[in-house]
Amino acid sequence: MNALLAIARTEARLGFRNSWVLLSTVILTLFAVLLVLLGSGASGQVDAPLLSVSIASLSTLSVYLIPLIALLLSFDAIAGEIDRGTLQLVLATPIPRWQLLAGKFLGHLAVLSIAIIVSSGIAAALAIALDDQGGAQPLGDLAALTATSILLGAVFIAIGYVASASVRQTGTAAALAVGIWLAAVVLYDLALLGGLLASGEGVFARSVFPWLLLVNPADAFRLFNMSATDASLAQAGLGSVSGSPLAQGAWVLASPVAWTLAAILFAVVLLRRVRP
Amino acid sequence: MEGQHAMNASVDIRSVSKSFGAVHALDQVSLSVAPGETLALLGHNGAGKTTLFRILLGFIAPDGGEAQIGGLEAGSRQARRMISYLPENVAFPKTLTGREVVELYAALKGVAKSEAGQALEKVGLGEAASRCCGTYSKGMRQRLGLAQAIVGSPGILLLDEPTSGLDPLSRQDFYQLIADLAGRGTAVLLSSHGLSELEARASRVAILRKGKLVADGPLGNLQRDARLPTRIRVKTAPADVETLHREFGGRRINGASVEVTCDPDEKMAILAAIHQRPGAIADIELIPPSLDEVYRHYSACEPGKEVRS
Ligand SMILES: Nc1ncnc2c1ncn2[C@@H]1O[C@H](COP(=O)(O)OP(=O)(O)O)[C@@H](O)[C@H]1O
Ligand SMILES: [Mg+2]
Repeated sequence: MNALLAIARTEARLGFRNSWVLLSTVILTLFAVLLVLLGSGASGQVDAPLLSVSIASLSTLSVYLIPLIALLLSFDAIAGEIDRGTLQLVLATPIPRWQLLAGKFLGHLAVLSIAIIVSSGIAAALAIALDDQGGAQPLGDLAALTATSILLGAVFIAIGYVASASVRQTGTAAALAVGIWLAAVVLYDLALLGGLLASGEGVFARSVFPWLLLVNPADAFRLFNMSATDASLAQAGLGSVSGSPLAQGAWVLASPVAWTLAAILFAVVLLRRVRP
Repeated sequence: MEGQHAMNASVDIRSVSKSFGAVHALDQVSLSVAPGETLALLGHNGAGKTTLFRILLGFIAPDGGEAQIGGLEAGSRQARRMISYLPENVAFPKTLTGREVVELYAALKGVAKSEAGQALEKVGLGEAASRCCGTYSKGMRQRLGLAQAIVGSPGILLLDEPTSGLDPLSRQDFYQLIADLAGRGTAVLLSSHGLSELEARASRVAILRKGKLVADGPLGNLQRDARLPTRIRVKTAPADVETLHREFGGRRINGASVEVTCDPDEKMAILAAIHQRPGAIADIELIPPSLDEVYRHYSACEPGKEVRS
């Protein structure tokens, strides 16, 4: 267990020293603040706290940014250590391979969590400060967005390990990570939208489409955070799911949780086959 | 359990073979290293040294034969508890300090954190320990790798070309350090390009040639068995050089010396004969075959004995 924590501590330390924490916090905060400011400009038309509006747009942004940051954090985890020769060293010690991976996961997740918590904290503070309507603030929604953002990050950190453990070169792992991001976050939704348009109100839209949305952890994240705000649902053109029972409740999150576990397990299996 | 030092463990390799496609990286190699012994594994690039280490760590399985660490299967968790390894090429994260690197590996080995400082002191990095290792010179990085390997006084040390980045002085310090560890029961297996790098410090030498073990024994025995000629250089008055050369053969050097080449057995007889002849002898120099010559003798490829080209 000490070994696992030592790996986690080292990864977190490297996250700080290599400016990963700083960089991802700055990027997330920049976009979040921008969205809040945009929301405050339009707040005259919407009868809701600025924070609510901001949460809706933040969740849309997070779907793109967080998987990208998570993959960039993790794609190097195994292939990079093979490149540098440190994997031989680590695997020559008694640490079991699953602990190596679990340790890295904890460390990377800590790095990403710090960036997410700081950026959403700053954005929320700004939204509350700029809000001229007064009234209750949807702090619960904010907490849910932050927590699910971390979960979304966890999914893609784990998927990044799968990419990293299946190739020997960092460059290949990087290309694989970008491909995964494109497929999961951009192309998947485009394909679904295309299917939806093609099938109209058919079987696909009613019984297949919601499940397909759920299968993709990024869409599950979107569903969870959108069920609060109808406005953003319409925005994203995914309104047809809002009535479906699939869109309700925390169990939508079973998808990202399952993805995280499955990806970590798969990465461990791959790592066991690596010959450093 | 994790904190225990596994002393008095040995390395046993029995007829291990490993091929990569058509390349016979190791061919029926048998070797053992006893506790307290230092075995230097020599061979050209591609001779199979690193492959042997990877088998001992369980990274790859041999095609045939078996490798054991302290009687346990190589690569098992118990076996890895006894081993410390220094790979040929390793680049530690540049932004970690030397101390952080060694503390990390101490934790991975289940060794107390406090031992990291001692290990860094021993390799001469005490002063630089709190600096990022990205600022280290090549020799310092090599010593950091060594500190990582010796932390917690492991039972078995596997060092793949540990002296390659070191200057002669640090190389001597390195062998002193290894001798200290061996003196306390550590079995050391280290690889190197050539005999001369060893500074005659290994208790035993094994030589690999294209995957085959071609020599294994104390350095003295290898030198003797190679039966390489010894050179006797006799310095005399310029007037005497001519007669000396006529009597003993050999070749003249600088008009004042004669160099005679002889078999190791003939050496004493020739020396006695030189001593008894009249004429002033200014100096006699005995030049035994150099370590490089001995190494070349064993590792040179003899045509016809090759497995592959
Ligand atoms: N993973 C591998 N795949 C293919 N060939 C390999 C592999 N590892 C080593 N070899 C080959 O095996 C031989 C021995 O290599 P190695 O053990 O690295 O030699 P050394 O460490 O003595 O320089 C070389 O011919 C090398 O090309
Ligand atoms: Mg090698």
